[in-house]
Amino acid sequence: MGLDERAGIVVENLVREFRKGPRAVDGIDLRVEPGEIYGFLGPNGAGKSTTVLMLTTLLPPTSGTARVAGFDVVREGPRVRAAIGAALQEAALDPLLTGREHLRLQAALHGLPRNERKKRGDELLERVGLAEAADRRVRGYSGGMKRRLDLALALVHRPRILFLDEPTTGLDPQSRSALWEEVSSLARDEGVTVFLTTQYLEEADVLADRVGIIDCGRIVAEGTPEELKAEIGRPSVEATPIESKDRDTVARVLSSFGEEIAAQPNAVAVRLDHGAGDLADVVRALDAEGLRIANLRLDAPSLDDIFLAKTGRSLEGEEESTETGQGSSREGARACARF
Amino acid sequence: MRTLLTQVSYIARRSILRTLRQPGVMVSAILFPLMFFAILASGLDAATSIPGFPAGSYLDFAFAFPLVQASLFGAVTAGADLARDIETGFFDRLSLTPMRPVALLGGMLSGVIALGLIQGCVFLAVGLLAGVNIQSGFPGMVLLVLLTVLTALGFGGLGAILALRTGSGEAVESSFPLFFVAIFFSSINLPRDLIESDWFRAVATLNPVSYLVEGIRSLVVTGWDLQALILGFGCAIGIIALALAGAVASLRGRMAHA
Amino acid sequence: MSGPAMRGSARGAFGGFFSVAGAVAWRQVYRFFTNPAFLTPAFFPVFFFVAFAGGLSRVGQVPGFDFSAGYTAFQFVWSLLQAVALGGAFTGFSIAGDFESGFARRFLLAASNRRGIVLGYAMASFVRVSVTGALLTLVALLVGMRIYGGVDLFGLVGLAVLVNVAATMFGAGVAMLFRTQQAGPVIRTPIFLVLFLAPVFVPQELLAGWISAVAAVNPMTFILEAGRGFIVGQPTGAAFAFGVAISLVLVLVPWALFGLRQAEKAG
Repeated sequence: MGLDERAGIVVENLVREFRKGPRAVDGIDLRVEPGEIYGFLGPNGAGKSTTVLMLTTLLPPTSGTARVAGFDVVREGPRVRAAIGAALQEAALDPLLTGREHLRLQAALHGLPRNERKKRGDELLERVGLAEAADRRVRGYSGGMKRRLDLALALVHRPRILFLDEPTTGLDPQSRSALWEEVSSLARDEGVTVFLTTQYLEEADVLADRVGIIDCGRIVAEGTPEELKAEIGRPSVEATPIESKDRDTVARVLSSFGEEIAAQPNAVAVRLDHGAGDLADVVRALDAEGLRIANLRLDAPSLDDIFLAKTGRSLEGEEESTETGQGSSREGARACARF
Repeated sequence: MRTLLTQVSYIARRSILRTLRQPGVMVSAILFPLMFFAILASGLDAATSIPGFPAGSYLDFAFAFPLVQASLFGAVTAGADLARDIETGFFDRLSLTPMRPVALLGGMLSGVIALGLIQGCVFLAVGLLAGVNIQSGFPGMVLLVLLTVLTALGFGGLGAILALRTGSGEAVESSFPLFFVAIFFSSINLPRDLIESDWFRAVATLNPVSYLVEGIRSLVVTGWDLQALILGFGCAIGIIALALAGAVASLRGRMAHA
Repeated sequence: MSGPAMRGSARGAFGGFFSVAGAVAWRQVYRFFTNPAFLTPAFFPVFFFVAFAGGLSRVGQVPGFDFSAGYTAFQFVWSLLQAVALGGAFTGFSIAGDFESGFARRFLLAASNRRGIVLGYAMASFVRVSVTGALLTLVALLVGMRIYGGVDLFGLVGLAVLVNVAATMFGAGVAMLFRTQQAGPVIRTPIFLVLFLAPVFVPQELLAGWISAVAAVNPMTFILEAGRGFIVGQPTGAAFAFGVAISLVLVLVPWALFGLRQAEKAG
């Protein structure tokens, strides 16, 4: 299918500089097909949110061009905004308004006719599972409910393109799955183009049709999750001996099948030089040494492996430091400064 | 006792540093009362033409205003800080240490006293530079600062009660208008005998702030007016006694819930 | 072209402007009336009115103080202008709060014509001060204020509206520049100074010293004196006062739009 410019996103050499500090976005090019879910993956401070702010006309680029739904984000801002919906990192809700009142406000902002506002609001509340809580003030909503409301608000005017900036950060697994299902359904059933930023590998892997990996303001890799993993190409095997004293022996045996990589405590993992076909030989080799194995696992390459290969850093390490509150844009910038 | 004093001094130091490190608060605490004083002193200078007005200069007459207003600002600020300590859980954390809760109260009030002392001295210096003529001389100036500090302590105690009872910084800050009412519905702008409106005069007579104001004012305008001084200091000490009793009771109540 | 984009362009910038303004105003007004704290901005004008009119009424007997409607009406005019100016300031605080919380992004994102956002806040400010003004007027009448001007009172109302718009535009510009609650003192202090460095307690001719000189060049003085003229039914300097008020609005509307542009640039 050829790119329908009117429903897609086309970005060329987009740059955003701030007065103090490095370039937050350093010349990115990307194209998003209509109806596609594009995952924009990267650690804190990589430039994901800045990119979203530019594409949603909330921040002017320093240079470069971006066309969203066929309209230039700088010169045709109002037309862009009419065609897009966005649920940004901060849910930006008014604690004193109810869910229903938020929808009514959003509908009014978008100029929906008065008689349509209520109907559309009710429809969306039902869709995101907030019908029962609709008349409660948002200050009483859980994190998951706020995110769902934010999504509903982004959909009020039936946008063709939806921007979601880290939509599941801080959500419990159940809420996260529900949101994934909703996003998938929007793309699959309604042909909405979704531009999704995330720092969760799993989210990008599960949801996205294509993934762009951004680091230090530049896209370091782009493609479908399978294409990207195929670049690395090699799966890994992890073996956990029953007796921890056998760990070194397991490591010696496995080392002949490939280079050692990070593993769970007491386990040994190697990236298989010849792919999944080596698995049978691995089992035989371990058996020949008389080693008793509690757990043997074959893993396909992960997006973190891609990130590591492209940047020399692990995205999971950045993710953990974020979740413990130690990560920050400054961390990302310091890491970028090394390169 | 020594341990308690040590604890109080640590908390007092924190309280003072916290205040000094908030430029906005310092500006409000010093500049705002001075601004108001300058405006009132000039804007109401014509009031000295009213027959029976006790001072030749409204500047002298109004000098009590910044001192009393500053005390009330300080009380609200300190109360809000204490409430935030409760909100953030710092108060609970202290309860888990050997620190005695009364030390927290003592420290907070020490901060109020320190701020009151700074404000009193600054206003005195500015007033003298502006031409305020203090009839009671240097000893009067000392008493003036002392009465300001006592006023601050009394209202600081009231702020502490509010903080301990509500545990909410917002609630304490929203009490600011009430303190403002207390200042203005007094004899702060005109002597009580020159207030024309009967109901206003009655309110001002019942309002303890009037006596605090009149006590301070007497040192400036009259010199040594024993009755005004007794009433002024008496009111200040009375407010302190009531406020501290209330604050300790509120503290016990909060500890019981912690 | 189909769907939302076509609806967007068919709606056009004009329709979008008013629908955004209406939505912004609705939210502000709704919050104002459903939040118990909504009376807080009304407190200070009413309080100062009662405190000054009640506590300082003897000042009306100062030789040379010649105001036929009495000291209560004299103070009422200042309190009313204070109310409308503070209403503008409080709207500025609201705008700063909306930017700080990120809610303003919702407006920026949805608005086809973002100037409608400023109009929306101004409309809400007007509604807010109408309530405050009505409350203040009621209190004044209850305490026995005398009004001699009939139709002239519309002149006072007109001046009050202009002062409100000017204060709102000033507050909006500052709020959008700062986009945090730090805008509070920057909004509050100039408005406070403009209000108080004027003939608050006595007429201009009874002021002396530095405040007389400052009040002589303070735009609020002309508006205040004209307002007092309206309430006694003897308008003086009304044309000049309206000129001053309109000029303030003409200067401060671009200021608010400047603030909006800065907010857009900052993202």
